[in-house]
Amino acid sequence: MNGAVVDTTTAPPEGAVKAKKSKFTYNPNRVAHTLNKLGLGYFSPFARLIGKDEPAKQLREIALNTLLPIVAFAGFVIAWAVLAKAVQTDSVQIPSPHQAWYALTGTAIPAFSHPFPESIEGLEAPYFADNDGMDPKSINGFAQAEKLAEKEYMISQQERVDKFLARSEEAAAEGDTEKAAKYKENSEMFASKTYQGNKTFYDQIWISLLTVAIGFIVATVVAVPIGVLCGISPMFNIAMNPLIQLFKPVSPLAWFPIVFVFTTWGIATPPSDSIWQRALFTSAGVVMLCSLWPTLINTAVGVASVDKDHLNVAKVLKLGWAKRIGKIVLPASLPLIFTGLRLSIGVGWMVLIAADMMAQNQGLGKFVWDMYQNGDTMSTAQIIVAVFVIGAIGFFLDRIMLVCQRLVTFEEQNI
Amino acid sequence: MPETYFEAINLGKTYKTPSGDAVIVKGFDLKMQKGEFVCVLGHSGCGKSTVLSMVAGLNDISEGSVLLDHKEIEGAGPDRGVVFQSPCLLPWMTTWDNVMLGVEQVYFHATQEERNQIVEYYLNAVGLHGAKDKRPSELSGGMRQRVGLARAFALSPKMLLLDEPFGMLDKLTKFELQQVLIDLWNRERLTAMMITHDVDEAIYLADRVVMMTNGPAARVGEIVKIDFERPRDRRDIMSDPRYLEYREQLISFLEERVYQMDEAA
Repeated sequence: MNGAVVDTTTAPPEGAVKAKKSKFTYNPNRVAHTLNKLGLGYFSPFARLIGKDEPAKQLREIALNTLLPIVAFAGFVIAWAVLAKAVQTDSVQIPSPHQAWYALTGTAIPAFSHPFPESIEGLEAPYFADNDGMDPKSINGFAQAEKLAEKEYMISQQERVDKFLARSEEAAAEGDTEKAAKYKENSEMFASKTYQGNKTFYDQIWISLLTVAIGFIVATVVAVPIGVLCGISPMFNIAMNPLIQLFKPVSPLAWFPIVFVFTTWGIATPPSDSIWQRALFTSAGVVMLCSLWPTLINTAVGVASVDKDHLNVAKVLKLGWAKRIGKIVLPASLPLIFTGLRLSIGVGWMVLIAADMMAQNQGLGKFVWDMYQNGDTMSTAQIIVAVFVIGAIGFFLDRIMLVCQRLVTFEEQNI
Repeated sequence: MPETYFEAINLGKTYKTPSGDAVIVKGFDLKMQKGEFVCVLGHSGCGKSTVLSMVAGLNDISEGSVLLDHKEIEGAGPDRGVVFQSPCLLPWMTTWDNVMLGVEQVYFHATQEERNQIVEYYLNAVGLHGAKDKRPSELSGGMRQRVGLARAFALSPKMLLLDEPFGMLDKLTKFELQQVLIDLWNRERLTAMMITHDVDEAIYLADRVVMMTNGPAARVGEIVKIDFERPRDRRDIMSDPRYLEYREQLISFLEERVYQMDEAA
């Protein structure tokens, strides 16, 4: 009687065995699919090529995907090199690609003439030799100089520590316990000191990421629940809508003074060596206020447009509101929530530079601002490097969110 | 005469529109005994699904009332297990979790072990035990609807409501699923109301086939009692001379008498 039923019970385990077997063989299709899902679709032709899946087609694709962007980028660099010479003021010129390269690495590309001939006149080798051959005014050169300075500082501190320890032992041997204790105290004081150097470009990248992370997380924590409420209750949505529409287009520069008052009021002045400076929270606050909206709106739309069939399931089962939201509404709207989060982190990163500039937070925005204040070609070249770095980080953040978005997006039912 | 377990009394559905009231269903009367399997047959768009969704509590009742086990129904509830036309599985949950969601809700006083047993039993019964960790996107249409059946039966509802559950499946899968459904039903003898527009399906499954008139203001037209004894065998039934009689009766209603009734009304 159960003929058809029994057949299908045995079918899936067979499939499972097959899947297990294929685990040990390289399946280019599966690897390519996974790469696509991870936002690394660029590499999937390579994966297929390794698996000898239509090699000619893969090579063509690789050539296309690699050569075309390289050609375009080369074209851009050439146009940049040519046009940069045309724009020149009394003190600054638009830096050439070579100058930008030098501003990053602190070393000239040997085949070309030196990008900043006037800056090295009379200095040359001995001056840079102490700094591994890098111009200390460049980004990497400065980082290197800071590293060396820190090393030197730590050595000299250790010498002081050792000196006072020796004196303390001496005094103890003489029986002068009071003096011994005092020397000991001195040595401990020196041992506890850390190097208070300048922030390098790389420190500033981390501070920027930290700032954006704080702003983004707080924005998410605020936006998702409000968005869920807006999606669930049309009344709440109507009530909130004017506020959302009103504040959404506001520039970060306008938010800054208001956030500044809040942080000044709410956060005690931290010690100067702490990374939790008030400016960081001000900057994060501005990021939060600007990156809130895409998440909020997308969450509201996602929750409001949950498939009616899925809600009917909740109705038939008489799920309580917590289960209804946790098991039906939120999972169903996760793809849209993550679309919002992806937009939010993009906005947040974009806004961050301006916020850092205003708040004087030790991030990339401050780096750009300080270089702008320096106002020479070398500084402008460093700004160009910062522009590339800001773009690249923004791209990676977007990619990370894209992967998250794909992971939570369930394949829609075909029926 | 066994007592009435389910009763729709003068059931009606009216939508207010700018150009006056749109009367979809009007004066729908039906009595069912406990453990009876009734198929509701009618042209598409006649209001069959509206009747079922009102009984399920997913659609407000404009007029009349529905009694189930001596109580008037109010809103949706797990005492009526619904199988929708599209299986309506939650795509982010596995087969197991989809069935468990309802079981947790109905057997909230049971231990986890007992609940696991219930889910296991029904997944076995629909032949899906091997697919319990799969998500709906990995299942075929037929397998998804098996999950839908397991989910509805696992609630141990007072009544089973099926809204053209096999309407989207190919003929072979449909036969398979009808078998799964009727096997499960034979074990539990739930009172069942199934909407369909497939005449053969109705004859094979139902104790009685209720034919609805065309809308607007659809109501019960004729009722045909299907007297094959259970459990039924599809081949035996199809070679039975009564089969053609029933078929003739149903089809002639749908093709001719339904229009005469419309004119009379």
